[in-house]
Amino acid sequence: MSGVRVLVGTRKGAFVLTSDGSRKSWRIEGPHFAGWEIYHVKGSPADPKRLYASQSSGWFGQVLQRSNDGGKTWEAAGNDFQYEGTTGTHTWYDGSPHPWEFKRVWHIEPSLSDPEMIYAGVEDAALFASRDGGSTWAEMPGLRTHETAPSWAPGAGGLCLHTIVIDPTNPDRVFIAISAAGVFRSEDAGKSWQPANRGLRSNTMPDEDAEVGHCVHRIAIHPSRPNTLFMQKHWDVMRSDDGAESWREISGNLPTDFGFVIDVNSNEPDTVYVVPITSDSHHFVSEGKLRVYRSKTGGDDWEALTKGLPQKDCYVNVLRDAMTVDQLDPCGVYFGTSGGQVYASADGGDSWDAIVRDLPPVLSVEVQTLK
Amino acid sequence: MIQVVLPKNLQILAGVGRIVELHVSGPVTQRSILDALEESYPALLGTLRDRNTKKRRAMIRFFACEEDLSAESPDAELPQEVASGKEPFLIIGAIAGG
Repeated sequence: MSGVRVLVGTRKGAFVLTSDGSRKSWRIEGPHFAGWEIYHVKGSPADPKRLYASQSSGWFGQVLQRSNDGGKTWEAAGNDFQYEGTTGTHTWYDGSPHPWEFKRVWHIEPSLSDPEMIYAGVEDAALFASRDGGSTWAEMPGLRTHETAPSWAPGAGGLCLHTIVIDPTNPDRVFIAISAAGVFRSEDAGKSWQPANRGLRSNTMPDEDAEVGHCVHRIAIHPSRPNTLFMQKHWDVMRSDDGAESWREISGNLPTDFGFVIDVNSNEPDTVYVVPITSDSHHFVSEGKLRVYRSKTGGDDWEALTKGLPQKDCYVNVLRDAMTVDQLDPCGVYFGTSGGQVYASADGGDSWDAIVRDLPPVLSVEVQTLK
Repeated sequence: MIQVVLPKNLQILAGVGRIVELHVSGPVTQRSILDALEESYPALLGTLRDRNTKKRRAMIRFFACEEDLSAESPDAELPQEVASGKEPFLIIGAIAGG
């Protein structure tokens, strides 16, 4: 019988939530790595028992954890993230040059075919790769040494590479997103990169449609349509139908188009989910209501999904890596909040239940669909 | 044997209790203790000091014999009480926040 394993990273540890395919009754295990910030936990699509977790701390730095048994036991893998060559500077908040410094791993993206191969997106923004299950790491310096890199400036969370999307039909094609530099695309498995931000407009920059500098919060694709990408930008929900060559706005009737998460229904490539957040100064949902918005038309027309979600006195946020979808039919949708709740829908978003309500603030949510 | 006290988070990471006992050959210094500690518990590499420069992480402190030794040279010999195992070498996560 099929089942799901939800991997939750929080400010104070990781949790593993499991259920059968009905997704009604849950077992909650954790905290793993109690007391540490877990920015991301993700499983290998090629070997579901192989999990990776980014464990970090302002005191003790970065640790990369690996599990070979689906999260029951863990071992510390490699944590030697050294930028290659001279690092130079990026742009600081006040516009001054600032040295490049490694702080943490924000996002782990395992290869679609090789459980030993993983990418890591880090702060300050760079892409690393490991070919031995996380034991050793090498920077892919073509990104950080891009000619525009000295102009990259941090978003509120830092200069972070937070999103890595591998084209499932062509593993040499990779998309990444950096706050606040924007989207970059590689056609040669990460050796070289091109900005992919045409159509974005950001009024936080003197040149609103500059080639780079956009605070992209998240991008998502459906495996069947790798040329169609969806984006939640700082403000604006966007869509590309030409492999990120160009973008158009699809915010439509959303109550606010600020937010962090965006994801695509695994069975319906035109069904998209976002969680609108009031604004960049109010990092909580608007009107005290936690509402997921769903478009079944690939954007522009959005409907509020509220059944089972708090509709008064709710002031939580949902961070960029904290929404995911499973591969079952109907599609399961999951997200975690800054208030420590993890919500699940087993019917594509029509109704929601809290799997757990009182975890530490949730940083990331991923799901594995187990056969 | 040298006695080293680790902060709780690193006890969990290394899979040890509060006190770790180490054999240190040669002069007993911050550097020789940390070298021995990292050799015995590789999971601690990078969590106390930079892996390459060996510089102490900003929010790590070293105490012994009721003294703060954090700013001392990593190659300065530690008090005899530490070298003899009578007093522990304390690795502390700095207090931060309210």
